[in-house]
Amino acid sequence: MSKEEIDYILKVAEKLEPYARGVQGDLLSGKLFAMLFYEPSTRTRLSFETATKRLGGDVIGFSSPESSSFSKGESLADTIRVVSGYADAIILRHPKEGAALFASQYSTVPLINAGDGAGHHPTQTLLDLYTLHKESTLEGVKIALVGDLKYGRTVHSLVYALSLYNAKIFLVSPPELSMPSHVVSDILERGATVHETTSIEDVIEEVDAIYMTRIQKERFPDPSEYQRVVGSYRLTQELLKMAKPTTIVMHPLPRVDEIDPAVDNMPNAKYFQQSFYGVPVRMAVLCILMGVFD
Amino acid sequence: MKELKVKRIESGTVIDHIPPGQAPNVLKILGIRGGSKEVVSMVMNVVGKTGKKDIVKIENRELAEDELDQIALIAPNATINIIRDYEVVEKYKVTPPDFVEGVVKCSNPNCISNTNEPIVPKFLVERKKPVVLRCMYCERKITEDIAKYLM
Repeated sequence: MSKEEIDYILKVAEKLEPYARGVQGDLLSGKLFAMLFYEPSTRTRLSFETATKRLGGDVIGFSSPESSSFSKGESLADTIRVVSGYADAIILRHPKEGAALFASQYSTVPLINAGDGAGHHPTQTLLDLYTLHKESTLEGVKIALVGDLKYGRTVHSLVYALSLYNAKIFLVSPPELSMPSHVVSDILERGATVHETTSIEDVIEEVDAIYMTRIQKERFPDPSEYQRVVGSYRLTQELLKMAKPTTIVMHPLPRVDEIDPAVDNMPNAKYFQQSFYGVPVRMAVLCILMGVFD
Repeated sequence: MKELKVKRIESGTVIDHIPPGQAPNVLKILGIRGGSKEVVSMVMNVVGKTGKKDIVKIENRELAEDELDQIALIAPNATINIIRDYEVVEKYKVTPPDFVEGVVKCSNPNCISNTNEPIVPKFLVERKKPVVLRCMYCERKITEDIAKYLM
């Protein structure tokens, strides 16, 4: 996706924000979207549904593979061919990387990638960019990505997008969860500025935004090692006092221990706002794909 | 006179300067397996001017350039000799193609191309020397030991 295309989506999202806040619209009236979720999801699925219904559209689909023909052994390719005949667009979440691109080859209607394994999650990236645009700054943003940068798909997609906006990216993680080297080399080639460190304290005074991620217990064979790592990547009120007053805190959610709940009441905390921005951004994506503004 | 390990062929294709040990993989890339009809000779670990190498000779079959270029994935310095009436009528070095389909499988076990879906693995050749492949589906790169991922 080019910078111009992203900017256009963000601009449309801004226009649609009143509808996301509750004004009933009809821009998607008569449109039916198939939500094919082969993996559990709360925010992505519900915000797509909210985006659709607040604009007068409707959804069909399933929210786990057990409730689909997948459990009878049907291929993704066949499911996509069948559902293409029912809906105006398909919204797909799948555990395998590249599933959305593969599925799009079988779909006769637009297909939206709502997350493919550890691969991409483009609408999450768009809402992250929208949050930066609304709550901080996007062009030239100094941003720290903190926590699990190895397995977290949101941060992979995000750094690629940020490299379009001359971002200064600080990668903060324990060595065992650092950003894959192929991603770092890719974004360096695209002109991003990247600094890697293991400590939040090293960068917190400098950044405009802190993007926290969840560190998953199952990534550590040794539970005591997990406890040690989690403890050192926990954002607290005290730590946040070292940051600029305007520094915002983001998180793709769900969070576990990585942000102290006491941070929620600080003006810097923008993660619930960020989650809300998923609605106008997904409204924008759906409307643009349906040719609403043509 | 230099002794030939394998006799000259009357016509067909000779692939020279294959890295030692890679001749079976060259045949694999060319789709020449147990049931194939071609008369094939394979010499491994012969000592040439620049060290050890493998050579493959395929009789009575002139392979197409685009077929042969896929060999460059594992044998970047291989040379192709097209033989007619015992004479070399064409000689060239292989160059990696821009795109590879159905030859290599993705190194990412969680890639959609490593499932039972009706899918043929496809790669963009992102760099030619040394060869770097990028999966068209999951975007994972293969930067080394490509032979390990041959289908």
